[in-house]
Formats: sequence, structure tokens, C-alpha cells
Amino acid sequence: MAAERRRLPWAPARGLARFGLGWLSFAAFEELIATLGRNRLRTLLTGLSVAWGTFMLVLLLGAGKGLENGISWEFRDDAVNSIWLWTGLSSIPFAGRGPNRDIRFMNDDYTALRREIPGIERLSGRYWMWGEFSVKNGDRHSAFDVIGVHPDQRYLEKTLMIEGRYVNARDIAERRKVAVIGSLVKSTLYGREDPVGKNIEIRGLPYRVVGVFQDEGGEAELRRIYVPITTAQLVYNDPNRIHSLGMTIGDADTATSRVIEREAHRLLAERHQVSLEDRRALRTQNNLVHFKKIAAVITWVNGFVWFVSFGTLLAGMVSVSNIMLISVAERTREMGIRKALGATPFRLVGMVLSEAILITSVAGYAGIVAGVALVESAGERLADAPFVRHPSVSLGVALEAMALIVAAGALAGFFPALRAARVSPIVAMREG
Amino acid sequence: MSQIRLRRLNKSYGTGERALHVLKDVELTIEPGELVSIMGSSGSGKSTLLNVLGMLDDYDSGEYWLGDQLIRALPERLAAQYRSRYIGFVFQAFNLLGFKTAQENVALPLYYQGVSRRKRNALALDYLERVGLKARAHHLPSELSGGERQRVAVARALISEPKLLLADEPTGALDTHTSYELMELLEEVNRSGITMVIVTHEPDIAARTRRVIRFKDGQVVPDAAAVHGS
Repeated sequence: MAAERRRLPWAPARGLARFGLGWLSFAAFEELIATLGRNRLRTLLTGLSVAWGTFMLVLLLGAGKGLENGISWEFRDDAVNSIWLWTGLSSIPFAGRGPNRDIRFMNDDYTALRREIPGIERLSGRYWMWGEFSVKNGDRHSAFDVIGVHPDQRYLEKTLMIEGRYVNARDIAERRKVAVIGSLVKSTLYGREDPVGKNIEIRGLPYRVVGVFQDEGGEAELRRIYVPITTAQLVYNDPNRIHSLGMTIGDADTATSRVIEREAHRLLAERHQVSLEDRRALRTQNNLVHFKKIAAVITWVNGFVWFVSFGTLLAGMVSVSNIMLISVAERTREMGIRKALGATPFRLVGMVLSEAILITSVAGYAGIVAGVALVESAGERLADAPFVRHPSVSLGVALEAMALIVAAGALAGFFPALRAARVSPIVAMREG
Repeated sequence: MSQIRLRRLNKSYGTGERALHVLKDVELTIEPGELVSIMGSSGSGKSTLLNVLGMLDDYDSGEYWLGDQLIRALPERLAAQYRSRYIGFVFQAFNLLGFKTAQENVALPLYYQGVSRRKRNALALDYLERVGLKARAHHLPSELSGGERQRVAVARALISEPKLLLADEPTGALDTHTSYELMELLEEVNRSGITMVIVTHEPDIAARTRRVIRFKDGQVVPDAAAVHGS
């Protein structure tokens, strides 16, 4: 065989064709563009199915991300690793005591928790100064929520100080009449003035403003005023009373958080002589557990989105395969002619493959661009919609998906192309 | 050295009892520069013979020498290369690509030889001029008459400067007048030194070739082997 090849009576192939890579050359690209241009409808249909696939994929991923962001947003306000405790009327008789006792947290409960429950990172009591009353700065006045807190409340609420300081331990110890105000309180009562160091009149008593805060919890929280809890107890003549308790537990996992929650509950139930079953007398809420549940839902939703996306992608792949099959079938005659004119099977396969790859990548990219554009504009319009927030798509994921479609198109084109390239030119031309 | 030499060439389709023996121990020699026609009724095996000659089809046993090259069970890639550089085809059904202009159709064989676009388009124009169709270079096949299409096909067959031109019923789809015009063109091509084998069933076409090979039941009819046409 080698001897026969050596005696070829004609010149060797030129350019890339010499390496069997003729289909990679610029000439091949020109030929490819010309062929695609002459088969506009088929090119268009293939392109549309691919573009639709990537478009839907981007939309789905965007929606999934938006949902995830939306749910995370619901948790933006308070520390995720927090446990909250409230009291109410007892509902179950316990240790010889009847129901309907008004259970109340006291300062002692605060210190007991601090002392006896390991794993508590931050702890704060809250004292709500109930009722509508006016808060004044000179002749400007309005109604705001005023809450007595411990210094750690800052971390529980994820409060951001923008001016001055928060309530501190000396404020608590000395029952100072100081106030930390929300940014909306500041703008209502002080405008552009710097309120720190100025007086503010709450329910007829003057306090000194020591700080201004920002909070992601929305307007309601920005209309708050925090004062030392001991001061609030004094002013209301309600010494030692704490309305609710909150704590953070550091980076404890869910199981540990449940243990801490149970221990705290057990301690307080014992101190107040209520049944552990009595959820009206003593209520707890474990935000970490709550968050983990929601996170599980997010994971599930994401899984679903991926499942549907994969389905869409699969549909796109099948559609491309289908069109490539038809394309190759209806071009059997063309293949035969090209073969009779000197095209090697390899080049014919290369031709079909590069067509498939070009169409799918261009159309796939167009679909991604359209999808991203829609997701972004939807993101702007849905800024205030509940549960959906900042829908967005990771470009890397979209491009990976596209690569998959392109590969599918190439794979789908490969086998029919191979068959067509193997068919005898005479048979192929007779079929036309 | 002869251009084409067939020695006890056999070809059959199918296997076992139902096998159809199409070429039976064909012996044939065609000298360089000859203009030969192969005649025979349909089913006589003449088209199969042409396909074997054009390396579009393989054969079962015997020898096929093209120049000093034994053509036998070639890999597809090599067959394509031989076809591309050694043999030109003209078909009854023209077999032009409908979405390419006359010029692009003519240039196609050179594309597969790696000739640059500009060069092959210029050459295609030259060859179209030779078949008298330079003015039609940018027309699609559907805009050309049957005779014009076949001339485009001839130009396409010639552009790779083949040693051998194989024509399968080249006038089969043309009227008498156009057929004669085409034959004049083919005769002119032959005079430039290209060996030509024309398969036809029309006696007047065969009569214009220098030698008529009659084919019957897969074999060359011996007593007709040396008829010289005018």
C-alpha cells in the first residue's frame, strides 16, 4: 500500500488539507457561511430551538435565584443564629399552682441565663414602653416606639450605628437617661442637624441622644428609639420587669442550638414554676432552626429549578439533534456530489459538525443574552415584590449550559453525518 | 502505457443465491487520449462499470489499473483524493448544487484541493468561458437551461485538470440539438488530450466517438470491440 501511495501521479494536498484538517481552514469557514446562508429557513429553525432552550434556562435560573434572594431577604433583619423567649399566661396547672398566672421575666432571669447556660454569645432583655406618646425636640414632635434594651440587643437586631454609640454597660448600671435613635427619628426631629449630644423629650422626660442607627428591617425599625432597659424600668416604675429575652449562640449548629434553646427553656420554666409543656406561659423561637428549614426549602426549590432547567436543556438538545438528522438526510444528494468532486468523508463530517456548532453557539449565545436582559429588567421592575429579589443568573452556569447544547448539537450531527459521508456517491445522487 | 486496464474484473451485488452478477470477467483497455463510448441496454452493467472506473464503487475480483496505479480497496480518503485529482465526472442529472452559482459549482472541486477562494473563482471563470458560459457565471442552476447546466457540469469536471473524464448519459436529459452541441464540446475537450469514456444508449451519440464498446449481460461484446465511428 505504501508503495502505491508513493507513486501517486499528482501533487500532494495543499495547506491544512495536507494534515486532513481542511475543514478547519478559513476556506472551510467561508464555505460553511455560504451553505448556511443558502439554507436560511433550516438555519433559522435550528437556531430558534437552541435560542429558546438557553433563553428558558436563563429565565428559570434567574427566577430560582430571585426566589432564593427573596427568602434570604426575609431573614436579613435579625441575627440568624438567635433564640427568642416570651412569656404569657400559664395554661397548665403545675406544682400545685393554678393556671392563668401572669408569667413575667425579671432581671434575675437575665442574670441566671448569663450564669447558667453555656453557649450564649449575646443576651438582651427588652422592655417595650407601650402606648402612644409624643417624642419631642423643641417644637418638633412625633410618635415613635421606645424600647428598653441591654447593649447586646445591637447584635441581635443587626443594628448598624451610623453616628455616636449604642447603649452601653454604664448606661445600664447608672440608669442613665440616654437614647439611641433610628435614622427616621433623626430626620423627623432633627432634619440635617447632628442630634448626638442634643436632648430629646420622651413622655415628658429629657434624654440625651448618644447615637443614630440604621437597620435593614425597614421603616418600622428605623422609627425606633432604644434606651437602657434599666432606665425604662425605672421610668415605668416597673423595676426588674423584662418583656422578652433574645440571645445569639455564636456559630453553634442546629443540634447545639436546640440544646441551648431547651436548656434556657428548662431553666426559665423552673424559675417560674411552669410546665415544660406550657407553651402559652413560656414561648421560644429558634431562628436558626427556622432558617435551616427555609434553607432546606430553598435547596429544594433550587433542585427543582435545576431539574426543570435540565429538562429544557434536554429538549433543546433533542430538538437540535432532530434538525441535524433532517438536515443531513435531506442533503444526502449534496453529500454525494461533494464526494464525487473529491470531498473525503472526514471533511463531510467536519462540514456538518461545524455547521451544527456554529448554529448552536451563535443561537445559544443570543438566547442567553435575551434571557439575561429579561431577567435584569424584571429584577428592576420586581424590586418590591415579595419573595422575589434581585433575580440574576451566573454567567458561568449559562455558558456551561450552552456548551452542553453545542456539544449535543455536534454529537447529534455526528452520527447521521458519518452515515451520510459513508454512503456511496452514486446511491446518494440517485436519491436526489 | 494504457490509461485504463481491466483484467478479469468481477462485481456482484448481494450474496448467496440471490447475488446479482453485474460485471463478469470484464477485459478492457483504453489508451490515453481515446474517446470511447460504452453502449448497452439498461441492466447490462454499463453504469456499474462506469462507477467502478470512477472509483465510486468497489469491485470483487480482478484488477483495475488506472495508469500505473492499481485501484483496489482504497481507503475512502485516498479514493476521494484520486477522484479529486484524476477523474472528472459528468452525470445525466447534472448534479449541480442548487444553492450555488454556476461559478461556485465549477470551483467546488478546487475547494476540496485546498485552492484559495480567489484563485479557484478566477479559474472557474476561465473554465466557464471555455464552455461559453462566462456571462452566466453568477446564475443559479435553476436559472439555466438544461444544456447550459450540463456545460457547467463539464466545466466543473475539467477544472481539476483530470486525466480521465467519465460521462454517464451526459445527453440523456437534453434534446437532440443541445445533445450535439454538448458532444462538440466534449470532442473539443478530448482533443486537448483528456481520455473520455461516455456511457450512452443513443446510437447517434455513440457514433460520434472513436470507439464503441458494446456491453451485454455484464460483458464486453467481442465482435463490436473495434468499431470506429466517424
